[in-house]
Amino acid sequence: MAKVASIWSRLGDVASLVATPLLPSHYVQLLRPLSATHTRQARVEEIRDEAPGVKTLVLRPGRGWQLHRAGQHVRVGIAIDGRLVTRTYSISSAPERRGGCIDITVKAQGRVSNALHEVEVGAFVTLAAPSGEFVLPAALEAGAAMGEQARLLFVTGGSGITPIASMLRSLAARGAMPDVVHVHYARTAEDVIFGDELRSLAVDHPGYHLIEIHTASDRRRFEARRLAALVPDWQAREAWACGPQSLLDAIGGVYASPSHVGPDADGRPHVGRLHVERFRAALAVLPSNASGGRARFAMTATQTATDADADAATPLLQVAERAGLAPRSGCRMGICHTCDSTLVAGCVRDLRTGQTIDEPGSRVQICVCAAAGDVELAL
Amino acid sequence: MTNEQLEQFGRELDALQNATKASLGAADRRYIQRMIRTQRAMALGGRALIFASLPLIPLPPLFLGAIGAGAITLGLSKILENMEIGHNVIHGQWDWMNDPDIHSSTWEWDNVCPADQWKHSHNVVHHTWTNVMGKDRDVGYEILRVTEKQPWKPVHLVQPIYNAALAFMFQWGVAMHDIDTGALKRGEISLRDVRGQLAGIGKKAAKQLLKDYVLWPLLAGPFFLPVLLANLVANGMRNLWSYAIIFCGHFPDGAQTFSEADVEGETRGGWYRRQVLGSCNITGGPTFHILSGNLSHQIEHHLFPDLPSNRYPELAPKVEAICAKYGVPYNKGSFARQLGTTMRTIFRLAWPSRKKPPVETVTAEAPAARALAA
Repeated sequence: MAKVASIWSRLGDVASLVATPLLPSHYVQLLRPLSATHTRQARVEEIRDEAPGVKTLVLRPGRGWQLHRAGQHVRVGIAIDGRLVTRTYSISSAPERRGGCIDITVKAQGRVSNALHEVEVGAFVTLAAPSGEFVLPAALEAGAAMGEQARLLFVTGGSGITPIASMLRSLAARGAMPDVVHVHYARTAEDVIFGDELRSLAVDHPGYHLIEIHTASDRRRFEARRLAALVPDWQAREAWACGPQSLLDAIGGVYASPSHVGPDADGRPHVGRLHVERFRAALAVLPSNASGGRARFAMTATQTATDADADAATPLLQVAERAGLAPRSGCRMGICHTCDSTLVAGCVRDLRTGQTIDEPGSRVQICVCAAAGDVELAL
Repeated sequence: MTNEQLEQFGRELDALQNATKASLGAADRRYIQRMIRTQRAMALGGRALIFASLPLIPLPPLFLGAIGAGAITLGLSKILENMEIGHNVIHGQWDWMNDPDIHSSTWEWDNVCPADQWKHSHNVVHHTWTNVMGKDRDVGYEILRVTEKQPWKPVHLVQPIYNAALAFMFQWGVAMHDIDTGALKRGEISLRDVRGQLAGIGKKAAKQLLKDYVLWPLLAGPFFLPVLLANLVANGMRNLWSYAIIFCGHFPDGAQTFSEADVEGETRGGWYRRQVLGSCNITGGPTFHILSGNLSHQIEHHLFPDLPSNRYPELAPKVEAICAKYGVPYNKGSFARQLGTTMRTIFRLAWPSRKKPPVETVTAEAPAARALAA
């Protein structure tokens, strides 16, 4: 069987040579853009206003789209001034949704999000495969109602609701809502994205408790005592958090502090696990003696080299762009590997971990690495 | 021109380049996307027309008309793909769009030359060492004598013949371009050293030949031969056209060549001047410019090889004005003039020169060249 299959795939390879040096898919794209397989695109099917300054784009991904897991994100690209720019957005719809479409919910802030607010129905955007580990435990995803064993805590702020919305919609669609406490921060009730839907979920599902905090009237910050007051059993809950950096820093601090580690049912110190979704690379503290250097970018396409000064804190992608180069790039936050370059000589520092890379031949993510002394990279 | 004037000349061209780069945007992206869509639709349409003509075989005039139209459409699509799209994308002209589908690092073009070898032989060697004798292999492509500075050899007597052969098989010349045949002949490198390159060419060529001369003809079943011949016409058309356009780039009367001593210590301004002096433009309408891949703006292309080609027409009058201001000859002429003087040179230089090569003082602005251009 395997042999027959391999002969068929060989024949397929030969047949596809009718389009060489392209693929048959390039010609399919002319007639049916969503049937192309060499590139991932999605068509904007519908645009909904969610809340002030927030829109949901209903996207129809093309052929080859793999279903996401609730909570995952996807890299969406759009041409701005002719240049393709991509950003990562959580998918806000549940994987159970029928009809083959996905939602991304976009707050109008930043260049790409603003551009996405301007698109019209029928436009195309690029779409990478869904990815990310900010997901529910496998058992909960599999649909098994875990009953009282599963105790969850969601802490979200503003548009950080989007991956959690996918999880809640998924749990509700499968009738598998466990014991969930959801603390959500928004400026006012009106600003709560999916506000009406969340409130009716809370009515329909006794396991789901929604706690809305409206920061326009309640200015108390997120901290351990406040969390304990809102959710007395928080330490026994597995937690997911997504929102502004300040909120993530605060909850990270709460969970990291040993004074908040309480005994669990067996009397052992225990604190629930915390999952955090960030849409910016979290950076390590730069050593005070970190210094940049001279960066040399060798372009394999033109076999020319460009030199530039690179400081210790500026990602080498930015350094290259300021030097007039246009290396390929994607997420600009160290997840997509589109900008991967090869270290020829010298040393770089990964700004997320603070670790240095000096082994020639290493792959370097230049969007999150800065020069640590002189460095030469092959783009 | 004084050194200071030469650098001022360079700064003006730099400013022009920077201003154009800064103005690239959505309209440019639409241009190349539309060009690519048009070219692919023409390729599909041409092949469809070739197949649609087959039932007309009993009616020879109709059949020949239809299959001819199909072959020409396919040939035009190959011309667009090689010239206005492939050559320019591989130069990195569209890398600024950050679009993985239209990028020099991934583009492969529809001829037998592998893009990675072309990036070296053309983008690197030719564009850096434009018209420098002994460095730029494009000066006669190591087989033709196109300037009196090249010593005459008896083999040049038959160069009009192999020049014609090269025209018909131009894509093979392009494919072999990165192989340093001069060094091979002199024994500086052996066949072993170019094995990798030859393997790359072989692999690419096998796919190309399989496509046009086996797979598509096979799809026509008993009409294998007409489809094969139509594809041969399409490829031949592209060969002749790209040969003609490319030979007009640096060989017409007035184009200057340089010695390695000339370019020693060359400044930015000097580099720009050499690109202008060594390149020739062809005058014509918008369709002609597109079909030539805008290599009809060879001067602008050599000054700014990574600016998108759709901008060359608007740059040309500005570049010409800057050249006029600094007294740098700007060689432009009709297609007939540029191709005619090139062919005349190839025929004339098949014979040994009567006298010693003269010191190069003739420029494109010489009255004789002017008269021909008019």
